Amino acid sequence: MNENLSVLGVFSLLSILAVGGGAAVLPETKALVVETHHWLTDDQFRDIYGLGQVVPGPNMLMVIVIGYHVTGFLGALMAFVGFFLPAGAISWAASRVWDHFEGSPWRRSLQQGLAPLVVGLMASGTISIARTAIDGTLTIIIAFAVFAGVYCVKKVNPALLVLGGGLVGLALLSGTGAGMPPP
Amino acid sequence: MSFSVPPAPGAAPDAGLHAGATAAYAVPRGVRLWDIFVTFLYIGAISFGGGVVAYLRASLVLKKGWLDEEHFLSALEIAQALPGLNATNLSIIVGDRLRGVAGAIVAFAGMTLPGGSMVLALGVAYAANAHNPYVNAALVGVGAAAVGMLSAVTLQIGHKQLGQMLNVAIIAATVLMVSFLHISLVWVLLTVGPVAVFLFRPRRGGTGEGDADEGEGKAP
Repeated sequence: MNENLSVLGVFSLLSILAVGGGAAVLPETKALVVETHHWLTDDQFRDIYGLGQVVPGPNMLMVIVIGYHVTGFLGALMAFVGFFLPAGAISWAASRVWDHFEGSPWRRSLQQGLAPLVVGLMASGTISIARTAIDGTLTIIIAFAVFAGVYCVKKVNPALLVLGGGLVGLALLSGTGAGMPPP
Repeated sequence: MSFSVPPAPGAAPDAGLHAGATAAYAVPRGVRLWDIFVTFLYIGAISFGGGVVAYLRASLVLKKGWLDEEHFLSALEIAQALPGLNATNLSIIVGDRLRGVAGAIVAFAGMTLPGGSMVLALGVAYAANAHNPYVNAALVGVGAAAVGMLSAVTLQIGHKQLGQMLNVAIIAATVLMVSFLHISLVWVLLTVGPVAVFLFRPRRGGTGEGDADEGEGKAP
């Protein structure tokens, strides 16, 4: 029961910190889940983040799987409620008062100031996943191929590229014990 | 404003970037809750590959006509400035504007139900197959692909800022603090956030737009 409450607490905190969206809060999520609470290993975190990429909707829905790993279905619910309720309530309330600040020059300053902060956080999110996901030539090639596909070929659905990465991994790595948890 | 909406496959290219709401357009009245739920459920079920905001725009603005472009972008502006995911924040804000609290709840539920139940099913299967070499090999590939996708999306959103020294300094300071000094996000937001907003503070005689590149501010 205690553990359920700490899942709720951790994801509520992350919810409030998620200024700039899911990728921006990724490094902090990994730090809390892997390093502070030891709920997951590095590899499990990478795997679960990967699961979030192959389902529709916001990929941070993967927090549900993290909760499930800690305490089962109740943990999944705690992570979901924790991650979405606080930020959702803030958005709901703020959108009702936002228009009162119409025309305030500080609103523009807020947006301009936060924009590079968010990009920095997204870059850090990429780095934190890359630290476990990139561990050899093949993973580098997959990452570059998907990068080029998403960045240069705008028409292609990124989910297909991510699934393609999974197929390449399946075809070329399944004999190597790649990604296997230590015995 | 420097965010942009990465285009969804098949969606029309993103028009302007931000807008102050104008009074000319009224949000439609009497949209049924069931309609709101089904619309968001559909978006929640087809929006593979991130970039949910682009799917939302295609559906809410172009297909349903529930919002005009300016109202959509002003809702997006709010969703981005506040904590939480843009897609779910936007669902809540739009649902609220259409039908109040009940609208917000059904929009949020529709948006998260398909992906949430799918990822949970995958997660249960993953936990049961932790020692399967095929599952692990495939997930190594997926993880590597996710890195490629994340970096592409980061660059898409950030490339406009890379020409401005002040933006580059804020990005660099943030990455340094989070990824290399491992400073908690709470402190990063509480220090870099106010400094960044101050550096872009409104200037007398100007709108604050694009005039903050004199490099007079030091990043923390």
